[in-house]
Amino acid sequence: MAEEDVTRRVIDTIAKTIHQPTESIGPESTFEAIGVDSLDGIQILFALEQEFDISISDDEAKKIRSVPDVVAGIRLLLAAKG
Amino acid sequence: MRVAITGLGVTSAIGTTVKDFREALFEGRCGIGPIQQADASALKFQNAAEVKGFAWGDEKDASLYDRFALMAGAAAEQAIGDAGVPNGEDAAVVTGSCIGGAQTEDQSYRQLYEERRTRFHPLIIPRIMENAPASLISTRWGFRGPAFTLATACSSSNHALGHAFWLIRNGVTRRAIAGGSDATLTIGLLRAWEAMRVVSADTCRPFSQDRTGMILGEGAAMLVLEPLEDAQRRGAKVYAEICGFGMSSDAHHITQPSGEGAERAMRAALADAAISPEAVGYLNAHGTATTVNDPVECQAIEKVFGAHRPAISSTKSMHGHTLGAAGAMEAVAAVLALHHGVLPPTANFTVQDPQCPGDIVHGAAREARVEYAMSNSFAFGGLNAVLVFRAGW
Repeated sequence: MAEEDVTRRVIDTIAKTIHQPTESIGPESTFEAIGVDSLDGIQILFALEQEFDISISDDEAKKIRSVPDVVAGIRLLLAAKG
Repeated sequence: MRVAITGLGVTSAIGTTVKDFREALFEGRCGIGPIQQADASALKFQNAAEVKGFAWGDEKDASLYDRFALMAGAAAEQAIGDAGVPNGEDAAVVTGSCIGGAQTEDQSYRQLYEERRTRFHPLIIPRIMENAPASLISTRWGFRGPAFTLATACSSSNHALGHAFWLIRNGVTRRAIAGGSDATLTIGLLRAWEAMRVVSADTCRPFSQDRTGMILGEGAAMLVLEPLEDAQRRGAKVYAEICGFGMSSDAHHITQPSGEGAERAMRAALADAAISPEAVGYLNAHGTATTVNDPVECQAIEKVFGAHRPAISSTKSMHGHTLGAAGAMEAVAAVLALHHGVLPPTANFTVQDPQCPGDIVHGAAREARVEYAMSNSFAFGGLNAVLVFRAGW
């Protein structure tokens, strides 16, 4: 899946989960900048797992701090899935 | 120290504002009807006292909290607004719940066992915990004093109110919000109640000879408490005082009430209020309309009050049995009765069961200027909690 497609779906998923407009989140946004707390974080992970039908490990989850982190991680998981 | 009730809030089948709740109570309007939020068509009963079209809070609240916590939030918002308390730095929050986040739990089990899902919403645990309403209220309004939740089945919110009352009377805090909530009309729990054979297929007729059982309800009620002197100093409206709390355990049976335990709890509440039985003019009964509860309760009342029996009604006939919210909802009913001098009727009443002696208010509300009211809550497991209120006039 192309990086732009993954990015768009990630942003849509995050926006929906934290009840914010998609325009408020950019492809380089950090979670801190968009006001994502730890509770939002686990809800975002859950929503992303559903959206992409993937499983994000606790170790991977701990490293995610921004939209680019999410996109890179998901592309790896999707590639591994084939 | 005397303790005043200065704010009321309620979310119920007969009103989601205190005004609507009061009007329904005084008109004897029953909130019982066909269950809409679960498919009860295959059950032996189809009716409950359901809160129709309930919504409170924003999307974030809806993802953080189960229905029972949102209902508590709605009731708390009304009570706090009503009391006009500017802030609550040291305020206590004491809530009661019998079941907790039943809807979330039911939905999760459905996803696990029926849909065979392997991924679950990450907030199931905070949504189902019984103390979620206490945490919601404390967080939302910045109440940083003692906060806890009591789970004593159908007595939960009488225990909660009683403990909040004692916290203030003992000088631990100068403000408290207390009450209870439950929203348990899920198919799993409806089936569990069906299996107990205590729910009526018809309606709730407390103390009537032809009663056929209880009717489940859902909702929340919250009351703001503060020292009477504080309320008077700030010119607040005082609905009533909360002046007596008594507890006991039957130490008898997991579902059958002993009667003797109820009697001791009523006597303890009178002793705590330092009044004699004849001072009580109105009693909001536990009055579930089950075969077993009503005669046992009425006979216990007769033993405590003798010839000076208070007027009795069971408002469960209108708002249903709201389990962990029952005590608080009935406290609001009792307080409104004192405040307005109107005793709500027992709705759906037909012919009095001779096994249920007492002056039952039925047919229509009764105008009566009463100084003291008692409100009974008796739980499965034999845990009894009784409150006494004094008119604020």
